[in-house]
Amino acid sequence: MECGTVTSVLYDVPGPKSRARNRVIGVITIIMVVAILGYIVVKFWETGQFSAQKWSFFSFPLVEQGIIQATGRTLHAFALGAVLSLILGLILALGRLSDHAWLRIPCTAFIEFFRAVPLLIVMMIMYYGLPPMGLTFVTPLVAVVTGLTLYNGSVLAEVFRAGVRSLPRGQSESAYAIGLRKYQVMSMILLPQATRAMLPVIISQLVVILKDTALGFIVTYQELLYLAKLYGSNLQYGSPIIPVTIVVGGIYIGLCLVLSGIANLIERRLKRRGNPTRVVPADIPWVPARSSL
Amino acid sequence: MGTLLGNLDIFATGFTNTVILFVFSAVFALILGTLVGAMRVAPVGAIRATGAVYVNLVRNTPLTLLMFFFAFGYPKLGLPNVDYTTLAIIALSIYTATYVAEVIRAGVNTVPVGQAEAARAIGLPFGQTMSLVILPQAFRAVIPPMMSVFIALLKNTTIAAGFSVAEAGTIRANLSERGEPALVVLLWVAFFFVLLVGLLSLLQRYFEKKWSVAR
Repeated sequence: MECGTVTSVLYDVPGPKSRARNRVIGVITIIMVVAILGYIVVKFWETGQFSAQKWSFFSFPLVEQGIIQATGRTLHAFALGAVLSLILGLILALGRLSDHAWLRIPCTAFIEFFRAVPLLIVMMIMYYGLPPMGLTFVTPLVAVVTGLTLYNGSVLAEVFRAGVRSLPRGQSESAYAIGLRKYQVMSMILLPQATRAMLPVIISQLVVILKDTALGFIVTYQELLYLAKLYGSNLQYGSPIIPVTIVVGGIYIGLCLVLSGIANLIERRLKRRGNPTRVVPADIPWVPARSSL
Repeated sequence: MGTLLGNLDIFATGFTNTVILFVFSAVFALILGTLVGAMRVAPVGAIRATGAVYVNLVRNTPLTLLMFFFAFGYPKLGLPNVDYTTLAIIALSIYTATYVAEVIRAGVNTVPVGQAEAARAIGLPFGQTMSLVILPQAFRAVIPPMMSVFIALLKNTTIAAGFSVAEAGTIRANLSERGEPALVVLLWVAFFFVLLVGLLSLLQRYFEKKWSVAR
């Protein structure tokens, strides 16, 4: 339990009586959780989801290869989306922080627009809307990556901006005072500190990008879920959609957990070293990443 | 403009279903999320752990995967037959509840420790400390981020389009049968989402102003 927060002083340190009571409640909770999980497993069992017929499907090298390739395609879209979003986010943030209205206003409008439109609709505009207009280069991958970049770039722009604005004023003032130019102040003084302060938020936004690659399924990008649908309807093996979903879901969740774990690690390390700007994501709760599902 | 006015019926049903998905999921997510948020600050370790595992697991699951499971996996389990809209609402609620839980937990933690200590010092029990002192103050801090969660939920309802729910995301598929240009249709859909999200952000700003406290 965290110290110094409200939740740590809400109730007394339990005495012997309430400790016993808590133990009983704990056991009841465990029994309930086990019961719910058990019910699901029994349902799976009853409907033959664990039958050898359905799981033997995975023993084929071709199937395994397919899963590895689909994971590769998911990661491919993620890697492209992540790099491009970071670049776009940086450019948009600089634009929005600019002193020139002709730069600031279009960037602000761009950010607000793409934060408001559902990512899936952006992908659909790319995939269904553009090819009939003669832009035939739009493959599902292009649609997915552009969608991810436009949306997450806009969100990351707000994260960078929040990071820059959270820095003490003295930072830019003293940078100007020693004679640095505007772009030097930004690139040498403000951005490095802002990036460091916002690193946990930036990485949790990367988790969002990884999660959102799954949307590619709906615009026929052949990633993990697409493959799951394809394999799951294989009648010869009794349409093993649930076993396939379990495997594919495991891969997705595993990948995301690894990324989240890295984010937590960095956050903890930054906290331990002492963050000069005192930016905790809780200070800017509703602009950036953690709230943008 | 012709694309919109000539097909108002499909636009109307699409966005009505989106709003239905949104409202039901929001209510269930709020209930489930509050419950999970409370579990995460409970004095019993097992309850806290259950809440933590649920939040961390579901937050690292793509919503599309959840919907995929409910749309394609659930019907194979021999459980009572449920239509796709309900399944989408279940998936959206389970997913959004984790974010609601985190917002509530963060909100409770924004209340200065002294408030809880003072409440305890004058002898209020846990229930009264929460309901009379902590929650009314946490509520104000919770509203703006909670609205952001709901905005995200509104946008996430489009994912149900991939799983046979006739909401705003499927307007394009319906209208391509009528020979409407996909780009124009989708830009109209995007426009209405900007409007709806704008409305929610206005509400957010209004509440923020109305309930802001000087600390």
